[in-house]
Amino acid sequence: MQVSSVTASSTHGVDQASTFMSPRNILILVAIAASLAYFAQGYVLFQATMVLAYAIALVGLNLLTGYNGQISLGHGAFFATGAYSLAILMNWDVPYWLAIPIAGAISMVAGYAFGRPALKLQGLYLALATFTLSVVLPQLLKYKLFQPWTGGVGGIVLIKPDAPFGIPLSSDQYCYLFTLLITVLMFLIARNLIDSGTGRAIRAIRDHQMAATSMGINHQHYKSMTFGVSAAFAGVGGALSALAVQFVSPDSFTMFLSISLLVGVVVGGIGTLWGAIFGAVFIMFVPELAEKLSKDSAWAVYGVILILLVFAMPKGVMGLINRLRVSTLVRN
Amino acid sequence: METLIQQVTVGLASGGIYACLALALVMIYQATHHVNFAQGEMAMFSTFVAWALIQAGLDYWPAFFITVVGSFIASAAIEFAIIRPLHKAPELSVVAVFIGLLVIFHSVAGWIFGTEIREFPSPFPKDAWFGGSLMSPHQVGTIFVAMCIVAGLFAFFQHTTLGLTMRAAAQNPGSSRLLGISVGRMLMLGWGLAGAIGAVAGMMVAPFVFLDPGMMTGVLIYAFAGALIGGIDNPVGAIVGGFLVGVLENLLGTYVVGTDLKLTAALVLIVSVLIVRPAGLLGRRTVQRV
Repeated sequence: MQVSSVTASSTHGVDQASTFMSPRNILILVAIAASLAYFAQGYVLFQATMVLAYAIALVGLNLLTGYNGQISLGHGAFFATGAYSLAILMNWDVPYWLAIPIAGAISMVAGYAFGRPALKLQGLYLALATFTLSVVLPQLLKYKLFQPWTGGVGGIVLIKPDAPFGIPLSSDQYCYLFTLLITVLMFLIARNLIDSGTGRAIRAIRDHQMAATSMGINHQHYKSMTFGVSAAFAGVGGALSALAVQFVSPDSFTMFLSISLLVGVVVGGIGTLWGAIFGAVFIMFVPELAEKLSKDSAWAVYGVILILLVFAMPKGVMGLINRLRVSTLVRN
Repeated sequence: METLIQQVTVGLASGGIYACLALALVMIYQATHHVNFAQGEMAMFSTFVAWALIQAGLDYWPAFFITVVGSFIASAAIEFAIIRPLHKAPELSVVAVFIGLLVIFHSVAGWIFGTEIREFPSPFPKDAWFGGSLMSPHQVGTIFVAMCIVAGLFAFFQHTTLGLTMRAAAQNPGSSRLLGISVGRMLMLGWGLAGAIGAVAGMMVAPFVFLDPGMMTGVLIYAFAGALIGGIDNPVGAIVGGFLVGVLENLLGTYVVGTDLKLTAALVLIVSVLIVRPAGLLGRRTVQRV
């Protein structure tokens, strides 16, 4: 009896974002992450910045796919929307700290505009529709009519912002710390959203749409809003990655990016908040690792690593962590 | 007017290929309720095997049959070794495994057979009687082969006990198991069939698009779109959808948007159709009992 009640409450707890991380643990984690700005340099710091940017996008995708049950193979498109919005705005001399929320808002509008008609589509059909998005957007970015804004195939070059108020930080360090700040902010927003009544409604729709609707949840509103919020997260992630790379071009946002994002969600753990960090690490480092292991067939190595990970942890890294926690709880 | 007819026939010819592969997707969906994203790459790999056999000195038809049988066995083995252990995993994890398979086949094909573009022979002679001024014999032959496969599969799934058993295993695994059906074996069979059909599709496509590791990517997107626009649970729909996508793609590319945005326009149109008819043109709406 004891065992079953523990298991039940823990499986319930998997969905709740706040159970895994106490405020103290989060503070320690953030402190470690911030100190990285002084230990790491150059390329490593750039990689760390990218991991954070991907993590934000993965949180967004997980809100949609993991918590709301709508599959998306097209989040690379919203990632690109954010990146390009930032680049174009900065070209118009909008400061970066203002351009990032605007980029997020633009992505949100784009996500809502896509999510609303896509309400009718489910499962595979939604997968195709979103996949279309990820195929179409790079082509549109290259299209000659939009060239004055998007720069066509050549893309747009950005300038990394310097630290304000004469703080003694290099622009790499500042860019990393700034990204870290935004990441913490976005994770907090996501956690509060998931744990709120709105979050419960979003999850209820995933578990049983009809039952949720009969409880008075307006599923059309919630589903398209989730699409919008999810796209906003992806857009902010994309904007931050553009700031780190200092360059946007259509070829950085191919359909492979969208697929990687989905893979990142699966590796981190579907329907978990903190899994995004592990997923982002996977997206950033496993392709490089595969390249190191075998130059000729790097992608075969990537595929094998991916399949082995899914075999070892069908519910992702967070699924494994949660299972270990449950088993220790049961033992005690 | 003449260009229009020509573009329609060219569209029909590529549509035949999309239809063939769309059919493979629908079959595996009917038999397993999964959509295998790696299907196109598996077909590409089979085609490379056929090519290697022909290079080794075999005639076309023996190579063809060895490849089809080999693909059947290999696909069934993949189901047994990789997909079956994951039957309890979340659906998205299985999708991730499909993506893994896709990159593995793609990369290994490039590694073993090289990435240069090769020619693949057509089984139909260039001056056969069924070729005309609008369609080459190979195009006519491809459409004929697609028709034969769909007729055969239709007969198999509708009129044989084994076909019925396979559909039952996919639609309602629990009840099927209670009736004594070995669901695992049926799924394996479904995968094998899909692999074999994919191999045929690959060998039919290769003379058009030439043989290289990336040959199936675009084709697969169109085939998937064709399968969905026809209705994912309907083999006839897959054929209709495949041809429709082929024709649409060509007409839009020629008359409306130009080749730059051909793929874009076709996909946007398909999604718009789906928003009006969410289950596809010939698909059944699923009604859920609560």
